Amino acid sequence: MDLSVVDPVALFVGLVAAATPLLFAAIGELVVEKSGVLNLGVEGMMIVGAICGFATAVKTGSPALGFVAGAAGGCVLSLIFGVMTQYLLSNQVATGLALTLFGLGISALIGQPFTGVKSPTMARLEIPVLSEIPLLGRLFFSYDIVIYLGIALVAAVWWFLKFTRRGLVLRAVGENHDAAHSLGYSVVAIRLAAIAFGGACAGLGGAYLSLARVPQWTEGMTAGAGWIALAIVVFSAWRPWRVLLGAWLFGGVTILQLNLQASGFLSWLQSLGIPAQAQYLSMTPYLITIAVLVVISADGSKARSNAPASLGRTFTGSG
Amino acid sequence: MRLVNTFAAAALATGLASAAFAQDPTKVGFIYVGPVGDFGWTYEHDQGRLAVIEEFGDAVETTFVESVPEGADAERVLRQMAQSGHDLIFTTSFGYMNQTMNVAKQFPDVKFEHATGYQRADNVSTYSARFYEGRHVIGLIAGGMTESNIVGYIGSFPIPEVIRGINSAYLAAKSVNPDVQFKVVWSNTWFDPALEADAAKTLIEQGADVLMQHTDSTAPMTIAEEEGIIAFGQASDQSSFGPNAQMTAIMDDWAPYYVSRVQAVMDGTWESTDTWGGIDSGMVAFADFSDKIPADLAEQAKAAADAIAAGELHPFTGPINKQDGSPWLAEGETADDGTLLGMNFYVEGIEGVIPN
Repeated sequence: MDLSVVDPVALFVGLVAAATPLLFAAIGELVVEKSGVLNLGVEGMMIVGAICGFATAVKTGSPALGFVAGAAGGCVLSLIFGVMTQYLLSNQVATGLALTLFGLGISALIGQPFTGVKSPTMARLEIPVLSEIPLLGRLFFSYDIVIYLGIALVAAVWWFLKFTRRGLVLRAVGENHDAAHSLGYSVVAIRLAAIAFGGACAGLGGAYLSLARVPQWTEGMTAGAGWIALAIVVFSAWRPWRVLLGAWLFGGVTILQLNLQASGFLSWLQSLGIPAQAQYLSMTPYLITIAVLVVISADGSKARSNAPASLGRTFTGSG
Repeated sequence: MRLVNTFAAAALATGLASAAFAQDPTKVGFIYVGPVGDFGWTYEHDQGRLAVIEEFGDAVETTFVESVPEGADAERVLRQMAQSGHDLIFTTSFGYMNQTMNVAKQFPDVKFEHATGYQRADNVSTYSARFYEGRHVIGLIAGGMTESNIVGYIGSFPIPEVIRGINSAYLAAKSVNPDVQFKVVWSNTWFDPALEADAAKTLIEQGADVLMQHTDSTAPMTIAEEEGIIAFGQASDQSSFGPNAQMTAIMDDWAPYYVSRVQAVMDGTWESTDTWGGIDSGMVAFADFSDKIPADLAEQAKAAADAIAAGELHPFTGPINKQDGSPWLAEGETADDGTLLGMNFYVEGIEGVIPN
């Protein structure tokens, strides 16, 4: 065993990059759920964002346009969900699941000509002076611009939900759509906007996978990231900054377990008779999510107040 | 998971098939663990399926279902295939073993071919390729080319197939470079490009300058190319993902086997068999060697491949000790297939514990 080969700075940098697709998808889904809609199609919107972003970046040679197209792709797909659930009043859970299956299928179809193609590389943002500070430079200033955008987005969502009037209206719609409706707010329009925002965020997360993290297009490449994003929203108890924490935690254990394996640390524990499997480590965020759920449902007063009361309920708009 | 060619089942249901053809086409089904576009393991199996169509034309009808999880889903897909009149079904992942055996018991008239497994029945054959022969050859190149003396290895699941590959590559690498060290990371998945990319980055951060993988996506090759290190293609030629990084690739060629097994079903001569083909049978082949490999090393690797094909060289030739130092093979002794098929130990020199 040689733990000295694990460079904590590299670990943190890897963690932040691994967490970014999750961060985008989860912060988008948080806004959707805050408006009272449960969209289980995150995985489908992510993979469509991944292929739209990749295809556009390859065709235009610009990763920036790729990210825009990824967001647009996720947004368009989410609006299918929006129309189905808000106008045609279909069941949100079933429609969301169908959206995932549809997204996986259509992305494979669009992606046929793009397998094995190289994408243009994204320039790393080299902030002058700052990125040259010995330790801090690598820790904080060595990422591509999308990672900073992700964190800025969390701050923006937090500010929007907490301090703006529109944020208050969105939360009101999620808490009690009948009351919001009777005050004259258009529940359907507000929810559609939230759904579109969530789709765009998921699409961005997907595009980050195919343009920066892997970077290539492969069918089914999100491999469950969308479901993890859903878990992060619950883990965060619908609080924006905790989404950041959750994304880093969920992304972090993956990177950590790989590092511990490669350094031989897990093997060393096992040779001492401690049953340390990489799987245990991978399990922990999910266990924490379950624990959070238990806390939420056990002690109402504080935690539950944050879960949107109308989450997943269909709004019929009568009366 | 998508069912392709469902029209075949529809045609059968309406009774059109028997009316339209003097003789029913032989129906051949394939179940894949990943997408056909993975440019790795599943891609090569699908190339085999296309070769069957090429060979027999209208006399066969093929169906495939891709991205089928190893578990209850696989059994459902297999049963559906068996019920819809397939004559021969290829189940192309180790993890389909129990499901294949279960469904085969219920449909004794349907023939099954299970890849890389070890359980057989009157209507279940097994087939695999001696990938460890290929691993020996790439191990030589890896050992000869590494400068940090650290080879990163991305494993999928700790099954004999994968462990055998690690051992074979390590022994070969060590034979040309006594200081070489293998760092193994288990991903616990066959296909997850993001995770495989992270594993590749982690190994590189920890000093690896050569990557080997036993997972199915091309992500590690992409990362190797980005980071400017070298790697080996898995299952398929992945040079389009790593034009500079790929030294060569171990390629699986299932086409001749698939064609011969379909022929056997048509002729009524199909029997349950156990096939384990190596470099000699063409099942294990190599992509073009990169010109970055030093000429004498490339020569040595090619000579080793030829010697293995000719039966003059066995990648597991003693003296070899197990990891704990206990003797496994004596001087000049070669491993028997039974031990290789059940291999659950590292050879001496590899660090780390195999997860159980």
